Amino acid sequence: MTSAPRRTRSRVWEAKRKAANGTMWIVACTATVAAVIPLVVILYYVAAHGLPALNIAFFTQLPKPPGETGGGMANAIVGTLVLVGLASAIGLPIGILGGVYLAEFGNNRFGWGVRFAADVLAGVPSIVIGILVWVIVVVPMHSFSALAGGVALGIMMIPTVMRTTEELVRLVPLSQREAALSLGATQWRTVFKVVLLAAKGGIITGVLLAVARIAGETAPLLLTTLGNSFWSTRLDRPIASLPLQIFQYAISPWDDWHAKAWAASLLLVLLITVLSIAARYVTRGRLRAVR
Amino acid sequence: MSSVTSRAHSLRQRGVFGANASDRVFRWGLFVFAASVLAIIVVLGYELAHASLPSMRHFGWRFLITSRWDPVHYVFGALPFVYGTLVSSFLALLIAVPIGLGAAVFLAELSPRWLRGPVSFLVELLAAVPSIVYGLWGIFVLLPALRPVQVWLGQHLGFLPLFQGPAYGIGMMAAGLILAIMVIPFITAVSREVLQAVPASQREAAYALGATRWEALRGPVFRYARAGILGAIILGLGRAVGETMAVTMVIGNRPDISLSLLSPSYTLASALANEFLEATVQIHTSALLELALILFAITVVINAIARAMLWSVSRGMAQGVRE
Amino acid sequence: MLDTAVMQHAETTAGADHPIKIAIAGLDFFYGRFQALRNVSLNVCERQITAFIGPSGCGKSTFLRALNRMNDVIEGARTQGRVLLDGEDIYAPDVDVVALRRRVGMVFQRPNPFPMSIFDNVAFGPRIHGFARGAELEDLVERSLTRAALWDEVKDILRQSAFSLSGGQQQRLCIARVLAVDPEVVLMDEPCSALDPISTLRIEELMNELKENYTIVIVTHNMQQAARVSHVTGFFLHGELIELGPSAKMFTQPDDKRTEDYITGRFG
Repeated sequence: MTSAPRRTRSRVWEAKRKAANGTMWIVACTATVAAVIPLVVILYYVAAHGLPALNIAFFTQLPKPPGETGGGMANAIVGTLVLVGLASAIGLPIGILGGVYLAEFGNNRFGWGVRFAADVLAGVPSIVIGILVWVIVVVPMHSFSALAGGVALGIMMIPTVMRTTEELVRLVPLSQREAALSLGATQWRTVFKVVLLAAKGGIITGVLLAVARIAGETAPLLLTTLGNSFWSTRLDRPIASLPLQIFQYAISPWDDWHAKAWAASLLLVLLITVLSIAARYVTRGRLRAVR
Repeated sequence: MSSVTSRAHSLRQRGVFGANASDRVFRWGLFVFAASVLAIIVVLGYELAHASLPSMRHFGWRFLITSRWDPVHYVFGALPFVYGTLVSSFLALLIAVPIGLGAAVFLAELSPRWLRGPVSFLVELLAAVPSIVYGLWGIFVLLPALRPVQVWLGQHLGFLPLFQGPAYGIGMMAAGLILAIMVIPFITAVSREVLQAVPASQREAAYALGATRWEALRGPVFRYARAGILGAIILGLGRAVGETMAVTMVIGNRPDISLSLLSPSYTLASALANEFLEATVQIHTSALLELALILFAITVVINAIARAMLWSVSRGMAQGVRE
Repeated sequence: MLDTAVMQHAETTAGADHPIKIAIAGLDFFYGRFQALRNVSLNVCERQITAFIGPSGCGKSTFLRALNRMNDVIEGARTQGRVLLDGEDIYAPDVDVVALRRRVGMVFQRPNPFPMSIFDNVAFGPRIHGFARGAELEDLVERSLTRAALWDEVKDILRQSAFSLSGGQQQRLCIARVLAVDPEVVLMDEPCSALDPISTLRIEELMNELKENYTIVIVTHNMQQAARVSHVTGFFLHGELIELGPSAKMFTQPDDKRTEDYITGRFG
């Protein structure tokens, strides 16, 4: 602009303003690149080292004794599935039904206490939860077990599922409930048939995200399932799992085991990516639940 | 379907919350599930406290300031772990906060629409990668890459206490770096939401006065978002403090307190992961449980502060204009 | 340079002491594929109050925002045509938008004070443009608040949060904030629609005082308001400027039937 301003504006000042604005752009873009690069690097290494070690044997065979090459991680793969199933059986009912309670009846001090407890639980380090389950399940049972691992992982699922469920049930409009109630439905029928159906998508998202989170957890399993080099799906005995196996193989001295650790990591990352994409897919175009 | 008479009957009895039997069972059933969360926390606190009693009785307050941790001679002190936890976490924040906030600003303010989705998906994915995978990558990729860097630092800046001692890659620096990478997505995600929640009218008012993007951001937008961003950072701190596997695989697991970033260290969480199953003597286990109690207390306080800040943001925005 | 339609308007309203401040020629505006403004041409004269009326969605707010390029911040927005401020096209490629917005200020529909003290709100503009510091800045803030008829009410509470003021006071604060950067034109987008009648009257009085020194363009839903305060009124419908003329004439004997229908309340 060339028209004379009413106040004298210094050229230097204006240049400084532009420079400050430009610096912001540079810093923000650099930071974003810096934030994304580690992911790219990690994914690259996981794929590069993991793919060569992924073969049929990996999926179907049991681990060989330490030092020998070959074998696979079939027990760990199944073990992870068992643990996730157990955890869901424990965590989902508490999370979903607890969330429904908070949404329908939770506007009192008790409700706020529960919400606060869920927030606290979300922040508890996973190793501490492992310790808790060690004290209340492993010790009385005199044995490490899949059950203990399932309990630990289930507890970790609760806060996420509860929060998502509560927010989504709240979002269901009053008109839907009133329509059902005015037809003579009892409250529990209203909730189960109408409200949960409406909130279904969001709840599924919460579940998928919670599962994605616990599938990769290692620390709580260290103290509860112990790990197992052999085949076992018994709930009262130690069980193998992918994250735990990765840990044990990673800190071992054998290259073959290192390679398998990469392969197992690749598997885990793929599983979690698929779950995350599925979670996004379910809520595409809808209102995203606010944190 | 109920008959007309029973419907009329339940009409008289039904209160606001449905006084008929099945609804009452329903409500109580839900109540039990909700209450179990409270129960879990209570039990957690109780069990930790109860199990650390032997250690607390034996060592008293000195436990918190003793810097020796010697399972062989039954001398236990929490200081090395508290030091390791706090230093590694602050180191992580030092790196993660600028990067995380910068990325949040990019996503919330600057990014063109088509880029926003992919970039935020990548950032989310970073948060979803399990700790153990970070640890694996840490051992086999980060540590070997860090070694020459640390050797260089030791040679050229070794006069600083920060860079003294042998450089094996393993140690505080590696732990801080890996923690930083793990915390960045949290800070980015929460800060970005906070920034996006600032009303558009604030930015418009600033632009209409002739402000540049940066001036609008550091003026009214930042004022609005201040508390929320602080909450995001504290939330990131909480995450770093509790992180176990990745840290335990790269930090060296030695209960030494040292100013040097190159020396191995030990955090509360990694001590628990490493030693819990090895502890055979009751006092050792009890001391470890006291460490767990300390860790639990730290994370509860940190998360409470973070939540309080984030909550005050949503409250503050609701009371923006009085009329 | 100016086409005939624009010249006609120039004859009706311009004079020696009210030269043309902003000349708009053939302005089109698109949100993506939707055309919000069609071939709008008119003049805004200096130190007069020009008002624009029309039903919801007719494009009057979009038009206002085109005058200080606030539409630039909307993704998918496209402007064609010319808007000449003192003879220079504000949409030319090398225009400094930041400088433009200092000269053409804007007051919004809902008061939007910053989450800062009253003083800092008014001082925000001068600070970023580097106008004044220290005692000079304090004088500038006082003058701006006085011109916005707010000084007496806030002079003792300058450090308090702007949110502690009532809605009408907040809007006057927003006006003071704009005045503090010493604009030449003040755009007002339905400035009173969120306020009570008494605050509305005060702001209308304020507009009358301000027109001595500033060119004012307002968009309003309130036809009585337009009739009360403005010299010239324009009627927008479906993105087109239907009619523009002296307010006295527009509200009593408009030329176009659509204008008459709107004013008499037959639609809108």
